[in-house]
Amino acid sequence: MKVLVTGTGSLLLGGVAGELVRRGDEVVCLQRRPAAFDGHENAREVLADISDADAVALAAQGCDAIIHGAARVGVVGSQRDFHDTNVLGTENILAAARQHNISRLVFVSTPSVAHTGESLIGAQAGTAEIGRSRSYYAESKAVAERAVLNARNEHLAVVAIRPHLVWGPGDTQLVGRIVERAANGKLAVIGTGNALVDSTYIDNAISAHIAALDALHIGSDCDGKAYVVSNGEPRTVNDLMRSMCEAAGVPFEPRHLSLAMGVRLGALIERVWPILRSSEPPVTRFIAEQLGTAHWFDQRAVQQDLQWAPHVTLNEGFERLTQWFASH
Amino acid sequence: MVNIQPSLVAEFATFGLDPSWSRTIDVPSHDGATHQWHLLDRPGTNKDAPVVLCLHGNPTWSFLWSRLLNELNADFRVIAPDHLSMGLSERVPTRAYRDRVADVNDLVTALNITAPIWIVAQDWGGAIGMGYAVAHPDRVAGMVLSNTGIAIPHNRRAPLLIRLAAATGIHRLVTKESSLFVRGTPFLPGSGISTMQRTALAFPYRRRKDRNGVADFVADAPLTSRHSSAQDIADVAEKLSNVTFPVRLVWGSHDPVFNDDFAHDLMNRFQNVALHRIANSGHLTVLETSIAPFVEAAIRENAEARPLQQPVTALNDGGTLWSQIDHWVNEDDIAITDAAADTSVTRPEFAARVATYAQALHDRGVRTGDRIAVLVPPSIDLIAVVYACWRIGAIAVIADRGLGLRGLKSAIRASRVKHVIGPMKAVAAARLLRWAPHASIIRLSGLARSSVISRLEFVSAPEPTADDLAAVLFTSGATGPAKGVRYTHRQLYAQRDALQKAYDITSADTFVAAFAPFALYGPALGIATGLADMDVTSPSTLTAAALDDACRRVGATMVFASPAALANVVKTASTDIAHLRTVRLVMSAGAPVPIQTLQAVSLLCPKAELHTPYGMTEVLPVANVSLSDLTRIGNGHGVCVGKPVSGCSVRIDPDTSELLVSAPWMSAGYDSLWLTEHNARPVLTTDSHPTVWHRTGDVGHVDAEGNVWIEGRLVHVIHTSRGPVAPVPLEIIVEAISNVVRAAAVGVGPMNVQQIVVVVETTTRNEGPADAVLTQAVRATLAPLPIASVWVTKNLPVDIRHNSKIDRTAVSKQMSQILAGSKK
Repeated sequence: MKVLVTGTGSLLLGGVAGELVRRGDEVVCLQRRPAAFDGHENAREVLADISDADAVALAAQGCDAIIHGAARVGVVGSQRDFHDTNVLGTENILAAARQHNISRLVFVSTPSVAHTGESLIGAQAGTAEIGRSRSYYAESKAVAERAVLNARNEHLAVVAIRPHLVWGPGDTQLVGRIVERAANGKLAVIGTGNALVDSTYIDNAISAHIAALDALHIGSDCDGKAYVVSNGEPRTVNDLMRSMCEAAGVPFEPRHLSLAMGVRLGALIERVWPILRSSEPPVTRFIAEQLGTAHWFDQRAVQQDLQWAPHVTLNEGFERLTQWFASH
Repeated sequence: MVNIQPSLVAEFATFGLDPSWSRTIDVPSHDGATHQWHLLDRPGTNKDAPVVLCLHGNPTWSFLWSRLLNELNADFRVIAPDHLSMGLSERVPTRAYRDRVADVNDLVTALNITAPIWIVAQDWGGAIGMGYAVAHPDRVAGMVLSNTGIAIPHNRRAPLLIRLAAATGIHRLVTKESSLFVRGTPFLPGSGISTMQRTALAFPYRRRKDRNGVADFVADAPLTSRHSSAQDIADVAEKLSNVTFPVRLVWGSHDPVFNDDFAHDLMNRFQNVALHRIANSGHLTVLETSIAPFVEAAIRENAEARPLQQPVTALNDGGTLWSQIDHWVNEDDIAITDAAADTSVTRPEFAARVATYAQALHDRGVRTGDRIAVLVPPSIDLIAVVYACWRIGAIAVIADRGLGLRGLKSAIRASRVKHVIGPMKAVAAARLLRWAPHASIIRLSGLARSSVISRLEFVSAPEPTADDLAAVLFTSGATGPAKGVRYTHRQLYAQRDALQKAYDITSADTFVAAFAPFALYGPALGIATGLADMDVTSPSTLTAAALDDACRRVGATMVFASPAALANVVKTASTDIAHLRTVRLVMSAGAPVPIQTLQAVSLLCPKAELHTPYGMTEVLPVANVSLSDLTRIGNGHGVCVGKPVSGCSVRIDPDTSELLVSAPWMSAGYDSLWLTEHNARPVLTTDSHPTVWHRTGDVGHVDAEGNVWIEGRLVHVIHTSRGPVAPVPLEIIVEAISNVVRAAAVGVGPMNVQQIVVVVETTTRNEGPADAVLTQAVRATLAPLPIASVWVTKNLPVDIRHNSKIDRTAVSKQMSQILAGSKK
């Protein structure tokens, strides 16, 4: 099988591409900067921006399936920036699929497309909400996910996977930032830190996407659906952060910020930060609400429909993280 | 003719009603005209199922049935009409009861209903439904009635509120000119009607002219026998005794209009009738609570042709407890010693006291079948009064102070006692606090002054039969609101036999009962009974010295005590406890007993075998285990309660792991809790014998050796996505971690995706999320089960009586809030 994987510069999609290569699939990696697969006989790297329709169409040529994960993430950037990459980029993928008669598309989404600030407790993956979202990122991903799911027809099977708080060795997004702040004594916990949240060890997030690719056929159980993927072991925010700090050998001594204060501060920072800085801000409204309220999901449907189950428990994941920090 | 058919789609949606249910129909009437009816008509998916016809009362309309329409099993078609001049039906001139009954027939005919009809009705809808049912008994399969009536109960007056509303001068003002009656009804006492429900109830009656029907309904209530409808209603009431189909009463006990007296009146009118009294709801019970389960169970029960009450197989000779005391009346031994009062009675003295009290109760009007609340504190007199009640066939209602004042009040009110007996203080409180407003009050001191009857055979009152009801006992309420449990004389006698057999009790034995219920069995077992000096409502007040003293007084060979009492005995033990050393058997009942307590007791009573029976107020004993057995068996998956006692059968529900038991000494059922009893007492066939079983509410398993292991309460089972997880085995494992004193495993989140949370009491007595070390220890010991969070608390919520049954439902609720991210 020949698969186009986009966004392979990220830990997750790079891992997905690597796993496909390892098991013998032929992979086309579409990414902006060179990554690890150049030179491998089964892997070809295409360096391009996802918003470049011609480059996308060219890369998709001859592929049987697409795993589309290229996206602009975080909060830095204008609404236009997020729209161009996340919405137009996805439309380019859909156009390429049509052009080359590609019948399977796995869309890498985010739980935030359905997160409107309320607690989610043992929840189902809700419909992507447009016009209610708290960030350009979530809004643009919601528009893109809807476009993908709406593109489902008798020639194209689609599925959206929303991995929940992916972490693991080498992860700079979550673990890296928490550990760095803890080491500098700048770690803040928003709210009580007692909200239960789902998280996903990187290897499980990777295997879920592979499982989605394998389970996806026109008319199969997962065709046209969106799933939240996680380890199925929600823990409190404090508990997760403490385990990450312990793995890195840094003290877990956070300051506490009330949820209301977190949301207010986040709103202020969202407005001024992009003007002042180009790096990611310490807190946003979205992050404040994500970490201040419970959000964990019913994993039965995804495990049933994708014939998938997480194979690394959180405890095993934290052991691997500890070993990784010890050797880095 | 006023045609009311505005567009109501938006309103109906707001009221939680599917607009497609709403329709109007022109019905040719028995009065010659054609009237337009409005009805809510929910189609059913099963064409062969009965049709449920819902009749509202005054001043409501078909919205009254909104919950039933939404919640009842989809099999059934549900038809809820608005009576003429009511709700959205046509306004017609004044209609009397007779016409309203005929109206129902007109409607049934026009709808061309051929399936059997179940009438579900409330308030005056009940009277109309009963009228229809006696006129067309072939069409009606059964009735579920809620807070209604057909006649003013004997010795009572019409409901005050109806009398007020109907009073000349204010009737029109209250019911029509103002919306007081319409708006006021939802504010009657009960568990609360929401703002939306109130708006919906008043919706068709917003304008003055819409309220004619409301006023006419009140005027049609026959408050005097001269009323034009009085004879028609009396005729219907008369015919109810001919009704053979099942009638189930679902009663809100807070209703000041159709109160418990009306339920009782209906209970005496039908042949096949049962009552479920809901402690916390009122007049609009059908809207305050979900009545769908009642309607479904009533229909199902009827379809199964299940007998209302199966007799428990009699394995004994049909003896009664009270008659046993005559067997030893000539022996001059001590019958009962009360250490607190420093008095004792010989056997002839005790028999004479029972006989005297029995005659005195009879002389004060207590009759066979009368219920009598026994508020006598534990003492020789308590035992004498209970035996006296049994002798004359009075039903002793026993609810101890362990329930708390509120629990005691609701228990006594629920059991509708005709008499209250106790010392001055208790009966005065009962009267003052309106526990039993209509009961006769009998003072204990008055009984004691009656002329002495020396033997039971001289009592002039008739004797009850073995299958008459003997007692209503209230469960401790540790695991839910107190429920009355009914026992017949035969069942109590079988219980005596079971205890005698389980503990090899012979006439050579004597015993000290530091656990109140067992003291009652002493005379019936024919053995001397000692009452220790303690506050029985607070078992931990039993000291080693007090227990030793009680043992000395009767030369005890056996001690029956609760675990908390024994724990305190161990704590207060000194060297001077010589009389405990000769005891041959110690039995500890009421709650699980820690093995450490048993071991400590065995040091104080070296000759004693230590036993703990397993059972509940509804069936006791079920199983029994000794300390030596426990030591031999060791740890396992749950708490080992031993092998079932001889004569008791045990089985495990294959779907839920719930423990079901059956024994000749099983109680008759629950009191005024028909649905609870229906659910708790399945009929199962074993060896081609249909037998009544009791659902214990405990989950567990039976091991290869035949020992029963309890893994927790069914309601406390954690439903994870990997399957159900019972809490107790987890807790036992966690309690082995050093510094952990007590643990509770609870679930948070929705059914079947629940996460496991462990909350522990520790020796350090911190509060909040557990530290990394304890969290890791708990996770490691319970692996591979994922544990979402570990918490430390100073005090887990436990029952007052035994200080041991953890209220996991409360723990789960609290943890759900915390782990949702809300502030502590």
